[in-house]
Amino acid sequence: MAKTLFEKIWDSHVVVDERNGRSLLYVDRHLVHEVTSPQAFDGLRMNKRKVRRTDLTFATMDHNVPTSNRSLPIVDQTSAVQIKTLERNCKEFGIELFDINSPNQGIVHVIGPELGITLPGTTIVCGDSHTSTHGAFGALAFGIGTSDVEHVLATQCILMEKPKTFEINVVGKRKNPHTITAKDIILSIIRQIGTAGGTGTAFEYRGETISDLSMEQRMTICNMSIEGGARAGIIAPDEKTFDYLRGRRYVPKNYDELVEYWKENLKTDSNARFDKSFTLRADEIAPQVSWGTNPAMTVDVTGKVPFPEEYAKGNAEEQKAAVKALQYMGLKSGTPITDIELDRIFIGSCTNSRLEDLIEASKVVNGKKISPKMRAMIVPGSQHVKKQAEEMGLDKIFKDAGFEWRESGCSMCLGMNPDILSAGERCASTSNRNFEGRQGAGGRTHLVSPVMAAAAAIYGHFVDVRELDLN
Amino acid sequence: MEPFTTIKSIVTPLDKVNVDTDQIIPKQFLKLIQKTGFGQYLFYDWRYEGGVPRKDFVLNDLRYKNSKILLVRDNFGCGSSREHAAWALSDFGFRAIISTSFADIFYNNCFKNGILPIKVNEQVLCKLFENESEIEINLGKQTIKNENIDVSFYIEPHWKKVLLEGLDDIALTLKHDDEILKYENAQRNSRIRVS
Ligand code: SF4
Repeated sequence: MAKTLFEKIWDSHVVVDERNGRSLLYVDRHLVHEVTSPQAFDGLRMNKRKVRRTDLTFATMDHNVPTSNRSLPIVDQTSAVQIKTLERNCKEFGIELFDINSPNQGIVHVIGPELGITLPGTTIVCGDSHTSTHGAFGALAFGIGTSDVEHVLATQCILMEKPKTFEINVVGKRKNPHTITAKDIILSIIRQIGTAGGTGTAFEYRGETISDLSMEQRMTICNMSIEGGARAGIIAPDEKTFDYLRGRRYVPKNYDELVEYWKENLKTDSNARFDKSFTLRADEIAPQVSWGTNPAMTVDVTGKVPFPEEYAKGNAEEQKAAVKALQYMGLKSGTPITDIELDRIFIGSCTNSRLEDLIEASKVVNGKKISPKMRAMIVPGSQHVKKQAEEMGLDKIFKDAGFEWRESGCSMCLGMNPDILSAGERCASTSNRNFEGRQGAGGRTHLVSPVMAAAAAIYGHFVDVRELDLN
Repeated sequence: MEPFTTIKSIVTPLDKVNVDTDQIIPKQFLKLIQKTGFGQYLFYDWRYEGGVPRKDFVLNDLRYKNSKILLVRDNFGCGSSREHAAWALSDFGFRAIISTSFADIFYNNCFKNGILPIKVNEQVLCKLFENESEIEINLGKQTIKNENIDVSFYIEPHWKKVLLEGLDDIALTLKHDDEILKYENAQRNSRIRVS
């Protein structure tokens, strides 16, 4: 029978088929971080259980680590306890940890691919919803809750209901890939299908536009699958994938042999059927800016803050939500997006904190200064990204312009460390969630691409990056 | 886990769509390293203003003080995978949540913490929002009832069993140890081994 890529990987990992739609799946890679793991390790201890496959389990600390000077002690005591707890747990259970001083430390979804832990055709789980990022490599990657973290630690398996398949076709050539980015593609998709559009499904992104994207751009797309409600997002691996991973620290020794196998096997059969399908024309989209409190509340940079009834299209509940969102965001319907003034800029998070994101943003910033009232921050996704960027002199470009240049971590994506918005502050952010209070209680988040965020830093308000000279 | 029994309670109506887990339990409370004690922080930013309970928020309405059932609109629990959301709801005293749909990860997390998430259709949901008296949820019979309401709901047999018997997921999986070993051995001998 013809199968989709998702079904092939799923089927090859089934340990027990319960024949009721649920299967016990084997997990090839388990990534652990400090926030969603303490209770899982506690559970193991209470039941005198061990970690079944320490060789397939990797840990780092990213969510609440400070991104300021790492040689100083952590001021926030509860964060310090959580970080210490992870250190203790990894030591006790024999798990490899990239700790706060490790050159490999970084946001878990940035370092997985960077270290070659992420591989095509594998199953990957992590106690974080953006695990879908790893799908960019043709891996089946799921975010899980803490009980499941404990379950995977103890059994190396996960019990799951098989998601349905959802094909997301992206076609058409973007006029300028430096201004219409992967972020604009995924925001456009979510804007159209809604935040629950993918519930119960796994996305497979396909089409010429997807093939054209670099690995880092593909990660941006897969990263936000969860924002469209999907369980996972996947892209079939190709030469770019294999080249990206070759030679990285944790790839198996017989890498080339694996590549031969992956080339043959990791693709959707031409006559396979998807349960659902959606097509986006990338040649028709503009840079995107979110105006509300979920990622589907997004418009073109050339557009205006919508009226609730126009956004809700007859859905009374959505209309109520839009009214509330506008109130929270302190925005008036009809305001041109480019009139929205900003207080803060955040370039970072597992969505957009990789080298390419920083290179693109630096082109906008080069030789300029940020708007005087603005506080702007760059938080590289990992220590490796930071180092590479510094070798290229990007840190200097940003610092000269007035940006803060930070250590790696999740930082203001969720504001568990000291990097937060104050109530009422408005931020252009390259992260993935604009929920109420996500970046700090009362803080107002607008999701955009790195180039859009960089341009807003310079001008003090949103600008259409297509109008800038980016060469 | 405590087995799930039939519950009878007044329903707390939280009339919102797309409630994300950042709202259910804001991030400043994710730093605790145990599973208990999260109830006091449930919906914190909606429940309190400057540390004082907000009169207009439903959880502060004394009528619903002992409610065990939360009623919400579409796509409840979207966003972050934090299981702290389920811990907070359960610690607060909720045993069941009724909506038209739930986000996937949150839905799973409920069962692992003794909470029954029930999906009903739009019509039934509206009726429940109008209803003000107690309802009874019987998981064994899969029904929601009172003098005005009598509907049944679907629940996957696996989850029903887990809740009714208060089963430990991990212990259940470890019964399949032979199969897991077999899978691992096959991998070990494979030319294309990745695990
Ligand atoms: S950067 Fe943000 S979304 Fe990504 S893992 Fe960290 S907190 Fe989660």
